[in-house]
Amino acid sequence: MMSDRETLISVRDLQLSFGPKIIQQNVSFDLKKGSIFAVMGGSGCGKSTLLRSMIGLLRPTAGHIMVGGENYWEQDDAHRTAINRRYGVLFQSGALWSSMTVGENVALPLEMFTDLKPDAIDHLVRLKLGLVGMEHAIDLFPYEISGGMKKRAGLARAIALEPDILFFDEPSAGLDPITSARLDDLILTLRDGLGATIVIVSHELPSLFTIADDGIFLDAVTHRPIASGSPRALHDSCTLPEVTAFMHRSASIPSQTEQKAEQHV
Amino acid sequence: MTQQAVPSPTKDSTPPSWSIDDTANGLSLTIRGDWKALQDDVVQFPATALTSSHPGSGKTLSINPDGLGSWDSCFIMFLWTVKQAACQASLTFDDHALPSSAQRLLALLPEKVEQPAPHQQDRESFFARVGGKTLDILHETATSSALLLEVMRGAVGTLRGKNSMRLKDLLVDVWNAGPSALLIVSIVNFLIGAILAFVGLLELRKFAAEIYVTNLVGIASAREISAIMTAIIMAGRTGGAYAARISTMQGNEEIDALQVTGISVAGYILLPSILSLILMMPLLYLYGTLVSIFGGFVVSMTMMDISPTGYWLSTFNGVELSQFAFGFIKALFFAGFIALAACRIGLKAGRSAADVGIAATRAVVIGIVGVIALDAVFAVLANAAGI
Repeated sequence: MMSDRETLISVRDLQLSFGPKIIQQNVSFDLKKGSIFAVMGGSGCGKSTLLRSMIGLLRPTAGHIMVGGENYWEQDDAHRTAINRRYGVLFQSGALWSSMTVGENVALPLEMFTDLKPDAIDHLVRLKLGLVGMEHAIDLFPYEISGGMKKRAGLARAIALEPDILFFDEPSAGLDPITSARLDDLILTLRDGLGATIVIVSHELPSLFTIADDGIFLDAVTHRPIASGSPRALHDSCTLPEVTAFMHRSASIPSQTEQKAEQHV
Repeated sequence: MTQQAVPSPTKDSTPPSWSIDDTANGLSLTIRGDWKALQDDVVQFPATALTSSHPGSGKTLSINPDGLGSWDSCFIMFLWTVKQAACQASLTFDDHALPSSAQRLLALLPEKVEQPAPHQQDRESFFARVGGKTLDILHETATSSALLLEVMRGAVGTLRGKNSMRLKDLLVDVWNAGPSALLIVSIVNFLIGAILAFVGLLELRKFAAEIYVTNLVGIASAREISAIMTAIIMAGRTGGAYAARISTMQGNEEIDALQVTGISVAGYILLPSILSLILMMPLLYLYGTLVSIFGGFVVSMTMMDISPTGYWLSTFNGVELSQFAFGFIKALFFAGFIALAACRIGLKAGRSAADVGIAATRAVVIGIVGVIALDAVFAVLANAAGI
């Protein structure tokens, strides 16, 4: 069923490196419209690095990312920025601009890229903050709110410009189970409500099982993807030891795997 | 082979000891006593103990812990060296007689220790290092120039009303770079002026040329000292703050968020910072010069016989306006250099807390050294131009 949908982003033979050190290679997958795509793998396997290359923060050393038929990394900066206008990104820490209030954080993209009147922007900001349950914090500064609130505010900012594709970098990391479950609900609601496609980098199994319907599993030892499919399907039927260990929270992965993975953090 | 540890720290603990005996299946390592870290000297198991005296592959080295008292990580450390030695001597290491907690800890430790991965900074030859540094400097110059171009583009965009900088940010930066630095600029420049006048008067008095102290203080302040001192203060105060702020933003992914959203970092973050320093520093320089001359005035009033009006008249007769203009232009360049260098260092910084400290320190050091080097360039140029 998934394959019938339109492909939004198509990643082919991507290689990501820091200097001479290869982080991941041979990464290929299609991001289907309306799906929630999980990038899985242990700590330090290059999940966030892959995400950074998809949103224009890290140039891959080989391979390409096609967005709507255009080779993303062959475009000039201005055009890439234009493509990014379709993206909304929630960073791991929320990444709210610390010199601005929560409201100003959400308003800034609107002020920069739309010709809306201040009144309309104010209404939109309240709406977006309302959607994530943060309307009361509109005048607070990022240092005045908790980690979970920062992520929700970051989410409000990510959806400010009505993006087609949302990227989430470890949305549940560092959150308690209840806040994390609420965030999952929110992500699902937003996907259904806004019709957005979502790429989510995570190793939080409960949240992956709840929300993701497609995905890729990156291995830290061989530096390449070793499995793909929805987290639930990988959990139920994948027989690869690395994937099974990850999906079943087993500690009996070969100890080398962990050690080598740590070196790449 | 038997060994006993020498010291016996407390009366109720038995010192650790071990011995190896031959058995039918191989070897047996008997362990006795209390094995406590941080009390005794560490008991060493000689790495060659098994290979030299008990060669033989396929045999088993079993541990006999019957006489073992209390133990902690010191015991595990000893066992680990035994385990490694056993592996090296091709003996099977049999630890099933050990307490299960010790077995579990021991199982975490590998039989063979891999060589720690070498740090990536390999030793390079002298020429490779010089070449690398030269390339780095050229690359850095190019990057900084590109950054300056970006900032200027941001400035043009702002002038055209393309909304690349918030006025609020500029005003906050202007306040931080200007009015809030007045006190420290006043203190430093007042003292410098006073010191110049004091030292100058002592020397000039010998030639009965005390009146020229006005020229000394005035010209030195207007042309060199106030510009330099103000620049050094701003490098330490504002340059360091810019670098720390921008590198913290880097660590918080705030810069990434700007880039992904498509908001120009140069126009949005750097422009207000650089512009505010360029706007404020020449004004601070003028103010600092006046304060410095005032410092000289106060000392002169107490040390020489001259009327207040006479002092000021003599100062303004002796110091040409061009000296002020020269200092003013220098202050502009110093401001641009300090701000751009600090912003570039902040953007280049890593993402950890330590990197913020390093960036701030580097911005201050490069700011101060750069300002003095720039001043030397200005001195040569002024000499050539006959100013």
